[in-house]
Amino acid sequence: MAPVTVGISIDIYEKRYPGHAGAKPVTALRNLRASVTPGEFCVITGPSGCGKTTLLNIVAGLDRNFVGALHFEPIPAPRIGYVFQNPRLVPWRTVRENIALVLPNQGGSAELDALLTEIGLADAADVYPTRLSGGMARRAALARAFAIAPDLLLMDEPFLSLDAAAADRLRSLLLRLTSTRPVTVLFVTHDLTEAVGLADRILVLSPPPGRVVAEMPITLPRSKRRDPDTLSALRAELGGLTDHPVAPELEDGWDTPG
Amino acid sequence: MTREGPTAWFPASLAGRAASVLSLLAIWEAAAWFAHSRLFPGAGTVLATLVDEAMHGELLHHLSVTLARVAVAFALAMAVGTVIGIAMARSRAIDTMLDSGIVLLLNLPALVIAVLLYVWLGLTETALIAAVTLSKLPTVVVTLREGARTLDRDLADMAKSFHLGSWRTLRHVSLPQLSPFLLVASRTGLALIWKIVLVAELLGRPDGIGYAIQIFFQLFDVRRLMAYALAFVAVVLAIEWGVLQPLERRLTRWRR
Repeated sequence: MAPVTVGISIDIYEKRYPGHAGAKPVTALRNLRASVTPGEFCVITGPSGCGKTTLLNIVAGLDRNFVGALHFEPIPAPRIGYVFQNPRLVPWRTVRENIALVLPNQGGSAELDALLTEIGLADAADVYPTRLSGGMARRAALARAFAIAPDLLLMDEPFLSLDAAAADRLRSLLLRLTSTRPVTVLFVTHDLTEAVGLADRILVLSPPPGRVVAEMPITLPRSKRRDPDTLSALRAELGGLTDHPVAPELEDGWDTPG
Repeated sequence: MTREGPTAWFPASLAGRAASVLSLLAIWEAAAWFAHSRLFPGAGTVLATLVDEAMHGELLHHLSVTLARVAVAFALAMAVGTVIGIAMARSRAIDTMLDSGIVLLLNLPALVIAVLLYVWLGLTETALIAAVTLSKLPTVVVTLREGARTLDRDLADMAKSFHLGSWRTLRHVSLPQLSPFLLVASRTGLALIWKIVLVAELLGRPDGIGYAIQIFFQLFDVRRLMAYALAFVAVVLAIEWGVLQPLERRLTRWRR
């Protein structure tokens, strides 16, 4: 694998959803500017409905209907692994077949087996997705994204709706996987603890129409963030940054302590 | 169509099927015995006639001609109907443009279509195939349009973001979602098509089961009429049990 990976410069003037069946058009993003450096683990957070998923879909190239510009450097068309909020596995293919599906050569089995083992799916490789637990299905989605050796990894609240222990195990797994591979990560979450635990840098979006209202680099090594006091201090700092743009009625969308 | 769960089909349902077929034959035989008429032969007589006609008569010739027509019309209606149905689901313009034509065809009796095409194209093979295909086409279109409208957008986005390309997306993501609709269209299609083929043969062709039935009708030869019909029913049942149902089990084996 080449040690070079990809940086992104995002400059979205406006992203609107047209009104359907009498509904009013919605402006999801406006004047959103951000740049992500190669190899960075960038977490995007913000209140519900601030356009976090929309932003990922634009970066993924799924949504080209926006006003603005998006540039990748130095790789103009990076390989992108997308981990969606729901695993989105194809139900009529086994875990292994799901991963092989996205590989250009349908998957050399030795490499794929090594990845499955690394991600803890070796025993579930030939199982259909309907029989997987939530955690295992997330692992499969993670394996699929890593199988293509991505330059850029997009993650949209991938550990939502898992119990705390399972989500923690998956976060450690994710950090292990990214630390041994040259990959840039764009990770969306509304969970501030998750954000400060994972990020090199956190971008805070405003209520809709979303734009970047604050950023917070985290230089402390991840091993030192495990300490509860450090974690809550970082969280408080991030909370201070996010207080300002958050209207009181939108605070429900945030993970509150306790 | 209701049936037992996919795990319970063998051998219990095989025995069940045999019992159901045998009891039908028994009721038939008993009814014929009570009727005691040349115009209502029993199961045994008809089966003997069937074997005799297959060995020494023209049954196999007429049967193969009819089956070939069924196969061609079925394949045409399924292929064209699937393409049109998916196109209508994906494009509002195409849907609006073709919808009234589909409603017209759905409600036009097969008999009218067959007579008109025989008038316009002569009593030809082409006219028969066209008439049968057109009679079946609208139900395939409507079924596949419904199916294509339910295609999962999330999976389509997944396929797009991982650059699966249109062929692999169609083959591995879209078609499996459409397979229940294709199966429904096949089932109802087979039943509908062979009925229409017989009518069209009776009206304007010099061979096939429909033609033979017409001859036996004119001769009041109920014994052979029933033998020919039975041969056809046996073939259709064999397709249902031997092809469609195993195919359905194969396609749905990923479900728990």
